[in-house]
Amino acid sequence: MISPSVYIARHMQVMLATLGDMIRSPMSNLMTIAVMGIALALPTGLHVILKNVQQVTAQWDGAAQISLFMKPSVTDKQADQLANILQKRQDVKSVTRITRSEALEEFRKNSGFGEALEALEDNPFPAVIVVFPTEQSDNLLTVQTMLASFKQRPEVELAQLDMQWLKRLYAIMDFGRRGIWVLAAMLSLSVLLVVGNTIRLAIQNRRDEIEIIKLIGGTDAFIRRPFLYTGFWYGLSGGILSWLLVTLSIWLLSGPVSQLATLYDSNYSLSSLDLLGSIILLGLSIFLGLAGSWIAVSRHLDAIEPE
Amino acid sequence: MIEFHNVSKRYPGSGDALSRVSFKLAGGEMAFLTGHSGAGKSTLLKLIAVLIRPTNGQVLINNENIGHISRRRIPYVRRNVGIIFQDHKLLFDRTVFDNVALPLVIAGVSHREIGRRVRASLDKVGLLNKEKSLPITLSGGQQQRVGIARAVVNKPPILLADEPTGNLDPELSREIMELFAQFQQVGVSVLIASHDLDLISQMGHKVLTLDEGRMVAGGMHNAPQGEPR
Repeated sequence: MISPSVYIARHMQVMLATLGDMIRSPMSNLMTIAVMGIALALPTGLHVILKNVQQVTAQWDGAAQISLFMKPSVTDKQADQLANILQKRQDVKSVTRITRSEALEEFRKNSGFGEALEALEDNPFPAVIVVFPTEQSDNLLTVQTMLASFKQRPEVELAQLDMQWLKRLYAIMDFGRRGIWVLAAMLSLSVLLVVGNTIRLAIQNRRDEIEIIKLIGGTDAFIRRPFLYTGFWYGLSGGILSWLLVTLSIWLLSGPVSQLATLYDSNYSLSSLDLLGSIILLGLSIFLGLAGSWIAVSRHLDAIEPE
Repeated sequence: MIEFHNVSKRYPGSGDALSRVSFKLAGGEMAFLTGHSGAGKSTLLKLIAVLIRPTNGQVLINNENIGHISRRRIPYVRRNVGIIFQDHKLLFDRTVFDNVALPLVIAGVSHREIGRRVRASLDKVGLLNKEKSLPITLSGGQQQRVGIARAVVNKPPILLADEPTGNLDPELSREIMELFAQFQQVGVSVLIASHDLDLISQMGHKVLTLDEGRMVAGGMHNAPQGEPR
């Protein structure tokens, strides 16, 4: 009945008209958009931060290592012998030795307390053997039995597993990821409700108009259209705002982070939301805007019938 | 054009608002619907606009039984029925032009065509110079004319008017009625609910009289029940 070109022109017109309506009453619309933007920026920002942490820690993956600190009485030569014995074990991939003087040198260079060391007569550092387990034995249980057996050695003062904190970090990150999902789900729901409520109020404000349009033969689709486009605009602008908020926050954090990275001899820099992430954020936001208005429209439009 | 066969309407919790009403209004025919308030005039008009459904009987518009059409079909039936309301039902935040254009926008008429037809319609009711005004700045009679322009802009085959002269002085009322007569002369079926008996008798058209839900004058004899024709 209606030609496609007219149909598309109508859609474009409604699309622009709803945008015009929103621009004409900026305050109330900005409030809604701000609520959406902040609600979406929170989980997105946390997601970006978690992804950055993951990137950093990925380099440490499978990096279980056992540090064996020798008793002070153990000489470098004795430590060498022990290292050779350990090297021959089936479950050991490689062994690194740090002699007492190497340890002293490293400390002098990096700690800034070099001059304090001059005051000491003896080298206070023990020799250290770092044991890397083979890949097959790189699991918590095996590594822990290895640790126990190393502890039995008379030369060993202290045996320390440097993996546990990593495992814990992974567990915490898993927890964080789950937490972000829960947070994202809850905040998405609240965005849905905010849009739904805003559209509900818009419907109530235009009750007379809807009634008249129904009286003179407006279809449900015709009446629904401007509200759905309003929801679309809310979604789009809320999504853009949250993108800006996340990008701005990452930018603000990137300075301190690269400073921190420099202190760790790394040139790591914080990465922001990538293209795919941005598209998903905008898409989700538009979807929430449309869904919220759809719910409001289908719930409240039927209730308005001309008398 | 409009046919009622044994139409009854009962609202829940009260008696029959309409009781076995039968009448026929041909294409290009004009009729007045009279009766005391509460006689069922509004109910009858609402049935034609599918604002309510009959409890019994058949309401035919253009030979289509609209008593049981689906919800989705209702808007398309209403586009064939131009309705003029006593309280005008205009949108007060839009210009006269936009008010009159609304039925065309709904029907998906192209932009240029809308301008042409809205102006033709406003010209017909003598308000061409008011197209950019807001309805609030117009007098009651002018607002009623805007309502008429909106009802006829889509060239519907049927015009319904519910007490269109209710708030107007006799001279303006007469002008409005003459306007309806002009539409009738170009082939539109016009049904006007009114209690202005003086004016009705002056106009000299068919008169349908309702009394407590029964059509006491102007109707057809009831066909046997269940047999519409």
